[in-house]
Amino acid sequence: MFFNCSDPQMLAGLEWLACYLTTGKHLAFYGSFGTVLLLLAITAPISLIFGFGGAVAARSHFPPLRWFGKTYTSVVRGIPDIVFFLFFVIALDQAFEWLRHKVKCPDWDQPIRQGNDFVVCAQAKLPLSSAPQWLHEGYGFSLAVLTFAIVYGAFAANVLYGAMHAVPRPQIETAEAYGMTRRQAFWRVLVPQMWLFALPGLSNLWMLLIKATPLLFLLGVEDIVYWARELGGMKTRAFTFPHADWRLWYFLGLLVFYLALTKISEIVLARLTTRLTHGQATLGGAAMQKAAAR
Amino acid sequence: MKKLILATVALVLGAGLAMADTVRMGTEGAYPPWNFVNDSGEIDGFERELGDELCARANLTCEWVTNDWDSIIPNLVSGNYDTIIAGMSVTDERDEVIDFTEQYTLPDPSSYLAMSDDLDVSSAVIAAQTGTIQASYIASSGATLVEFATPDETIAAVKNGEADAVLADNSYLVPIAAEDGDLMMLDADVLIGGGVGIGVRESDTELKEKLNAAILSMKADGSLNKLIEKWFEGSMATF
Repeated sequence: MFFNCSDPQMLAGLEWLACYLTTGKHLAFYGSFGTVLLLLAITAPISLIFGFGGAVAARSHFPPLRWFGKTYTSVVRGIPDIVFFLFFVIALDQAFEWLRHKVKCPDWDQPIRQGNDFVVCAQAKLPLSSAPQWLHEGYGFSLAVLTFAIVYGAFAANVLYGAMHAVPRPQIETAEAYGMTRRQAFWRVLVPQMWLFALPGLSNLWMLLIKATPLLFLLGVEDIVYWARELGGMKTRAFTFPHADWRLWYFLGLLVFYLALTKISEIVLARLTTRLTHGQATLGGAAMQKAAAR
Repeated sequence: MKKLILATVALVLGAGLAMADTVRMGTEGAYPPWNFVNDSGEIDGFERELGDELCARANLTCEWVTNDWDSIIPNLVSGNYDTIIAGMSVTDERDEVIDFTEQYTLPDPSSYLAMSDDLDVSSAVIAAQTGTIQASYIASSGATLVEFATPDETIAAVKNGEADAVLADNSYLVPIAAEDGDLMMLDADVLIGGGVGIGVRESDTELKEKLNAAILSMKADGSLNKLIEKWFEGSMATF
């Protein structure tokens, strides 16, 4: 299995390929699949929280909160993702640095915008220019996560808002007849039941989120698309393993990866639907009851 | 948990009041032999070696980062890194937005690379990388310009017939023409743009002076010429 990769010019066939596929650059490529999965694992729950907050705000009886919820969902849903991504990552970064600048360098006398330059004092840089590279990458990644969460949170808010309205009204009335307060009825009756109605919309969002992960590449995060393009490009003899333009094969690999990921998601989501349907006052729930009674 | 959060916040906000002398070197990492990411995943090439030597001479701690070519100037200006060392020719247009140090290579002619040598470059479809001097040259000539984000894609466009030829720095095309039998250099070099310098923010005069001094000292003792010969194997003029 382990060949001597120190002299690649002497290698041929399978040995060459084995050495080629285990270079440091390829290991970084394999690692970037983890980056994508990590993005999904972090972004999905945060978007759900944003979405829940947005939906609750949009239903609020307190007008400013309602306006905020409605504005959030309609503005974010109305603007193309890419515009949002490009805007937010620069705007958030400059906003954070500006805030830190105000706090840390109160006696700074130069303007922050000098012509084209955005200049804050060295202590306000985020991350500091002396920080190690992984911190810079981590910071870029978290900006990406935040942007993804804001964008997909708005979609989730709309889905959850609809789901909350889809819970049959008699359920809430019954809860109120039992003497529950509005808060209790919300948490004990509405929220547990709304998930089934939200699931089709949320599963759709999850699929979209998976497919949107290559936007990371647009934000300068070294994700799988970045590495596929970088590795697939023609390599001259300046490289240890020269080869022709192999981008087709690398992108084919990505295609298989994304298909597999969405297929697995579909299976898991189908199981989740079955589970949530149990005992619900819906067509699906009624069908299950009938099947069990037979 | 609270302590942990506080500690993290303190670390993020407070760290690094000390050493501010780290210089982040921004490069493209897709332009061999100037700069590229080698097979072990590290930035390599003429500019890596040059930059490390300049940093050593100027007593700076340097850290290398890559950034896409089309956003390489905006990200310098907004402070994501402190220098652009990416084979960037000095032009008046760029000089308005950023500053350049002393030039570390002489002007490099631009060449056409094509699949056949009987091509009229004044009316052909020419590929060039977005935001390069070659792209603006083609745009103002009679030829049709197709732009690509990376240098590699411009070559691929010629190979799959999307463009008739590619216009790029001679130093980038020479190794490719030497290795790929299908591609040949046309005898129609054009001289556009000046030499290559390191781009810095206009407000960053201190760093510029330090790098200038280091470049001049490398020119004076001949070590710059040695580096140029090592990486460009005679296809690039020396000082």
